[in-house]
Amino acid sequence: MDYAWNWAIFPAPSADGTGSYLSLLLSGLGWTLATAALSWGLALPLGMLLGILRTLPQRGPRLACDAYAELFRNIPLIVQMFLWYVVLPELLPEPAGTWLKRLPNAAFATAVLSLGRYTAARVSEQVRAGIESLPRGQRQAGIALGLSPAQVHASVLLPNALRIVLPALASEFLNNTKNTSVAMTIGLMELTARARSMQEYSFQVFEAFAAATLLYLAVNAVDVRAMALAERRLALPGLSRPRGDGHAF
Amino acid sequence: MSRPLSGDRPAIERDAVSKSYGSFAVLKGCTTQVARGEVVVVCGPSGSGKSTLIKTVNALEPVQSGTIRVNGLQVAPRRLRARTGMVFQHFELFPHLSVLGNLCLAQQKVLGRSAAGAERTARALLERVGLAAQAEKHPAQLSGGQQQRVAIARALAMNPEVMLFDEPTSALDPEMVGELLDVMAELARDGMTMMVVTHEMGFARKVADRVIFMDQGEIVEDAPCAAFFETPRSERARALLSRILHH
Repeated sequence: MDYAWNWAIFPAPSADGTGSYLSLLLSGLGWTLATAALSWGLALPLGMLLGILRTLPQRGPRLACDAYAELFRNIPLIVQMFLWYVVLPELLPEPAGTWLKRLPNAAFATAVLSLGRYTAARVSEQVRAGIESLPRGQRQAGIALGLSPAQVHASVLLPNALRIVLPALASEFLNNTKNTSVAMTIGLMELTARARSMQEYSFQVFEAFAAATLLYLAVNAVDVRAMALAERRLALPGLSRPRGDGHAF
Repeated sequence: MSRPLSGDRPAIERDAVSKSYGSFAVLKGCTTQVARGEVVVVCGPSGSGKSTLIKTVNALEPVQSGTIRVNGLQVAPRRLRARTGMVFQHFELFPHLSVLGNLCLAQQKVLGRSAAGAERTARALLERVGLAAQAEKHPAQLSGGQQQRVAIARALAMNPEVMLFDEPTSALDPEMVGELLDVMAELARDGMTMMVVTHEMGFARKVADRVIFMDQGEIVEDAPCAAFFETPRSERARALLSRILHH
């Protein structure tokens, strides 16, 4: 292979004239982090709420939340982003569509909302499964003590279910961060998009994607660490299995 | 534990209580009552409806027909449950709470007691079941027998007028059965009204005032303790007794 390695490319000024290639990548990293944080901030509370509603005896809310989860979980994320970003403005009446297209940061907002809704559907599935995995007697014991069904959910079922699904939620958190790269398809200049433009400007494809890879690894290493800490903080005396160094992944 | 005796109605009255899952009848017109301070043991082969019988007393299992009164009142399920303590076969302690937390949760949330008041009650009860030193531990750090004694203390913390036990010793190692039965016998001596589903015939003989024998969803025999063991009237009860007592 005839490839001219050039690791000194990073401090060189980028062809778009906004700064060095390194600062180009870092600005991409900034958008990646912002998209990941905001979409997770939407997905976690929404997914928990939906997951809880899916375990209630009331049929109406349960079916509605089941439908939400199936819809948003089963359509590929990239299709969802296209639908919201490209198709929705065309379906709306002319003025509303134009207004939507001219919003500042439309790609960013669409990415956050699409990813948040998608991850929320997946989180709701974890939370539902966690609650349903608890022995039936736990609910009965709470009810027998005179607690209301809502109190049983809040004080007994949820704290135990969340401990059970914490490792699965940690994986969802990592997936959510990695899935931000899909937003490059609707024009968000996040890390992967920036690595591609660096490749196009400089032809140093290996350096560009090596840097992007390391940055993704570094971000998710922090995520993993944070989740491992949370798991250890929430471990119950007498129940938690000791695990060598506390790393799950 | 001393309770004011209000009137002389039975603590539990049940009249023609029936329940079925689909076309399968679990309880067929069960009528019985439990007097205040009385200890009634419910026994019978598995699948005979004994657990369902006591779970209908605090409306954990809804019934299709018949009435159940606790202290003469047919009350809404939630108020009813706060007056009846229940102990389960598999303890069902809340694993995320300490022993103290298990005892305090419903006191604070249902009875509205202060944290300090709930803790005082909890510690006194733990003392009574011999577990004062374990108050800060979590359920998974205790033996089965200790967990079941915590479960009894948790139920007592609500000042119940009736205690229901659903096979409280079935999930315990044999050497732990004795310590639990001691706690239950003491509770009975203190005048607690108790309904106990159990296969422990030794306990029944020593502690029970009456024995209810069930088979296929029916109360086959409802007799004073001595009469049940010495002269069981039904063939099915005789068969069960000979199986259990001669092993």
